[in-house]
Amino acid sequence: MSLILLIEQVLNGLQFGVTLFLMAAGLTLVFGVMGLINLAHGSLFMVGAFAAAAVAGATGSFVLALGAALAAAAAAGALVEVLVIRRLYARDHLDQVLATFALILIFSEGTRWVFGSFPLYLNIPAALSGPISLPGGIEYSTYRLFLIGVGIAVAIGLGLLITRSRLGIQIRAGESDREMIAALGIDISRLYTIVFALGAALAGLAGALVGAIQSVQVGMGEPVLILAFVVIVIGGIGSIKGALVGAVLVGLTDTLGKLLLPGMFALFMPASSAATVGSALASMAIYILMAAVLIWRPTGLFGVRA
Amino acid sequence: MIPERWLNAALTLGLLAVPLWALWADEPFTITLATKVAILALAGVGLNIALGIGGLVSLGHAAFFGVGGYAMGILAHHAQTFQPMIWGLEGTKSMPIIWLTALVSSGLAALAIGALTLRTSGVYFIMITLAFGQMFYYFAISWPAYGGEDGLSIYVRNGFPGLNTLDPIQFFAIAFTALMLALFLHARLKASPFGLALNAARQSPDRVETVGLSPFRLRLLAFVISGAITGLAGALFADLNRFVSPTMFSWQLSGELIVFLLIGGVARLYGPVVGAAVFIFLEHHLGDISEFWQIGLGVLLLLIVLFARGGLIGLVAGEKR
Repeated sequence: MSLILLIEQVLNGLQFGVTLFLMAAGLTLVFGVMGLINLAHGSLFMVGAFAAAAVAGATGSFVLALGAALAAAAAAGALVEVLVIRRLYARDHLDQVLATFALILIFSEGTRWVFGSFPLYLNIPAALSGPISLPGGIEYSTYRLFLIGVGIAVAIGLGLLITRSRLGIQIRAGESDREMIAALGIDISRLYTIVFALGAALAGLAGALVGAIQSVQVGMGEPVLILAFVVIVIGGIGSIKGALVGAVLVGLTDTLGKLLLPGMFALFMPASSAATVGSALASMAIYILMAAVLIWRPTGLFGVRA
Repeated sequence: MIPERWLNAALTLGLLAVPLWALWADEPFTITLATKVAILALAGVGLNIALGIGGLVSLGHAAFFGVGGYAMGILAHHAQTFQPMIWGLEGTKSMPIIWLTALVSSGLAALAIGALTLRTSGVYFIMITLAFGQMFYYFAISWPAYGGEDGLSIYVRNGFPGLNTLDPIQFFAIAFTALMLALFLHARLKASPFGLALNAARQSPDRVETVGLSPFRLRLLAFVISGAITGLAGALFADLNRFVSPTMFSWQLSGELIVFLLIGGVARLYGPVVGAAVFIFLEHHLGDISEFWQIGLGVLLLLIVLFARGGLIGLVAGEKR
């Protein structure tokens, strides 16, 4: 196996990881601040992708499409928060699971109603299509490198927002003591709507960015949602840093597992069965990683609360 | 308000009356729908032991449903192709052996998953059970020996001594009997010392620990029983369709099982029966009106979660004592 292939796959794993981070960041923020488990986060991912595909189809502009994805997902998030989600904060997790499961049904079937069952396609903008030459003679997809860049930029931006801004201070205060922050005169329900819309916008951005390298279709959000759950279980619920570390770990484990495991089994098995066992195990690799982290640290790598 | 016991008796009679009427009116498809209700309700009864009595919100019970389904699929596949399995074991088309295999294999799967996931609680538990369910799903897709993504077709329904299982009403009788036995087991478990301790572990794990019981072991046992019953339902479901595929492992199915409990009423004995019946009824009748019937289902679910917390049984029979 060549070194170049390995480096390419590491970059693919990073790209997968940062898109998962965009999803996981919103989930972990919503859980950390409001104590809510949101299964409908995948639907917001889908809303972003569909908004981007529709706007790109109408205008041909990728920048406008990204803007539309952010706006549509944030608006859908804020709307859902005001109508449904805010009634669930005081409920137990079972009610939250059921209500957000109901939201998935409504979002998925509603989208199918509006856009039909056929997948839409979102083109990579001309400036970012085609390969780019990296040092060492590696040819790599410009768009995927752009995704890694966006992910890192969002991670830094989110980190600054949480640690440096007034909103970030309120969010962190809300995490540790919601009664106290309400007593200090912060409008807590407005804060919750903002946090939820922020998480939704990140999910919508992820949907639009990923929508350009896969087809945009109903149900695209849930596989990503479940991987984002794995990410925040590994990283520790409520921790943005954990979400980043967990996302990169999951991205690399998945990509490199698919690349390396069949070869590793071929060392001591016949080639045909090694490919079978290797690829089956590779599809389970991230869950095995999660189980291992769980045995070692039941609250995740950076988690504090159970 | 109608006492819950009378309501349960009426529901039992109703579930019997519909297929008997269909037999008289010669509508075999309605019998098949009633069989589907009984089997899905059985899966829900399994989940209700973990979720209703034990408070364990498992979003990965499709794993056990699928393991039961594949237990049937693999045994029947080897029997119909006359290929021995490993260690020279023959496949079988006999339902009792298949059921036993389904119970044991899904119980073991629940033991493994439970031993890992029950170390956590609350929202971690929900997410991790969901993730383990997906693990089984992806394994079933990527393992080509038993059909991979395409699943396995079984040409003839498996046999039960003395019965003609191809006759819809006789197969319904099997599913109905299994459901009644599971409901009886649930009722007995709930009133047993084990059930009381499990219930206490849901309400106050610290106190249970103080009197010398281990909440972890209580929950693990409940999880194993729960998974085994859901696995048996999976084997029956696969036999109903004569087909198994990775969709039996899909996370939507795990969600739907919880939805059954919610529609009927969580921790109610007959909650899953009502839920499964309403779900199949809506799927069948709203599905005729509009292919987007799940929007209606979603709205109904939201309304029940937000405003009718005891489910439909709660509306009729009143608050739980």
